[in-house]
Amino acid sequence: MTDTSPLDRKKWMATLAKASPARLATLFPKMPPHRILRQPEIGALMVRGRMGGTGAAFNLGEMTVTRASVQLETGEVGHAWVQGRDRQHALRAAAVDALLQTDRKADLIAAVLQPLEAEAQAGRAVRGAKAAATKVDFFTLMRGEDT
Amino acid sequence: MYVAVKGGERAIDNAHAWLAEERRGDPAVPELGIAQIREQMALAVNRVMAEGSLYDPDLAALAIKQARGDLIEAVFLIRAYRTTLPRLAASNPVDTGAMAVDRRISATFKDLPGGQVLGPTFDYTHRLLDFTLMADGAPLTDAVPHTPVPSPRGRDGRGGETPRVPHVMGFLNRDGLIETALPDDTPPPDLTREPLELPADRALRLQALTRGDEGFVLSLAYSTQRGYGRTHAFVGELRIGIVAVEVDIPELGFAVEIGEIELTECETVNQFRGSRTEPPQFTRGYGLVMGQSERKAIAMSLVDRSLRWQELGEDFTGAPAQDEEFVLMHCDNIQATGFLEHIKLPHYVDFQAELELVRKLRAEAQAMQEAAE
Repeated sequence: MTDTSPLDRKKWMATLAKASPARLATLFPKMPPHRILRQPEIGALMVRGRMGGTGAAFNLGEMTVTRASVQLETGEVGHAWVQGRDRQHALRAAAVDALLQTDRKADLIAAVLQPLEAEAQAGRAVRGAKAAATKVDFFTLMRGEDT
Repeated sequence: MYVAVKGGERAIDNAHAWLAEERRGDPAVPELGIAQIREQMALAVNRVMAEGSLYDPDLAALAIKQARGDLIEAVFLIRAYRTTLPRLAASNPVDTGAMAVDRRISATFKDLPGGQVLGPTFDYTHRLLDFTLMADGAPLTDAVPHTPVPSPRGRDGRGGETPRVPHVMGFLNRDGLIETALPDDTPPPDLTREPLELPADRALRLQALTRGDEGFVLSLAYSTQRGYGRTHAFVGELRIGIVAVEVDIPELGFAVEIGEIELTECETVNQFRGSRTEPPQFTRGYGLVMGQSERKAIAMSLVDRSLRWQELGEDFTGAPAQDEEFVLMHCDNIQATGFLEHIKLPHYVDFQAELELVRKLRAEAQAMQEAAE
């Protein structure tokens, strides 16, 4: 097992969770030999906000999430919590999480994580550029009493 | 009260079959897909998610299709579905300062750092029907030109991963001109777990308002603008965009961003002359709503501010928008429609009793009249 720092894992789990289920299935079509530790479970996550954006927490409403855990034949355990109700998404994300703890890490980073991250980045850039194109400067017109 | 009735099974089955037929409409017209509703009726989907209190665009689109476009019925379907889901966890409070903004405007500061970003807004449209949308296969007008404009999104110094767009309120905060909102991670009360009890705290009020009926919250907010519990609100900032949702994963002992949701946030700045307990300063109202739900977020922040009269030592003028019980007990459209619509269900026993009573009163009145003559 290669060493994995929590920061890396935190980041790759987020990338896998935010990926579209179809895209992840394309990039990672074949599940490795594994046993399921926790069957994919669909549930609700209560999303919280903060009063005034920075203040005390309050409950905003729920979102659907699916979680699953798998164990590879070689013993590594992978977990996934993903947005939505796609069981395969959760299983795939958990399997990739487990494989990223093995010596296949570099392969998976190149084959799965990097494409997902690049696409997410590109998506954000496109939206960011569209938003930037709607940036305005409002001018206050001179009013009579100011002259 | 209404009573159990028996019978009518075949009639009910037939009514439901007809409903399905009417839902489909003319079979010569192509059937709507869930993806079409999700993509092309996005603001209806957002409203159903916000008031259904469950962020899942596909399910909201399905609910809209099943409800034939009746959005309150669709909200009802979502509320019923969400009760079947196990609650797996609660997220860490979302960081709206790290929102990837599609829209961000301020009515109080024209030169806000980061700039005013209009986003995909109906503002400044002429509200004239666009008949080109009616013409089948009409070519799309050019999308937003891809002029290389520097992105308004900031950087947070953490490798540039999370863009940060500072809140406008922060600028006023620095000068001490506005009340502060300090972080507090005490688990807030949850009206989906414990029945709503009054008096409610602000966390509970915000939860009720964000899932409350848009029309009701809008009208209450409007009433405050017209003078019923006046709070002189300006939109300090309105922003719409995507935020990450982060949750502590118990198996791992650290938090992971497990998804992204679209939110609308509105902060109002309100004139405040000071009270027995508070110095003169600006005060704040807050609105945060799922999806692109601008009208609702603005309305929510006005009603939030109005309901804070007691905490700020203001006078209660008897305005509906100041009356916590009035607002919280009536803002939920599923409770409202449930109680309203139940009166159409069989009330035969009640009504028989009423009928008997009225007949008796009439007979008595007639007898009195005859005796008087």
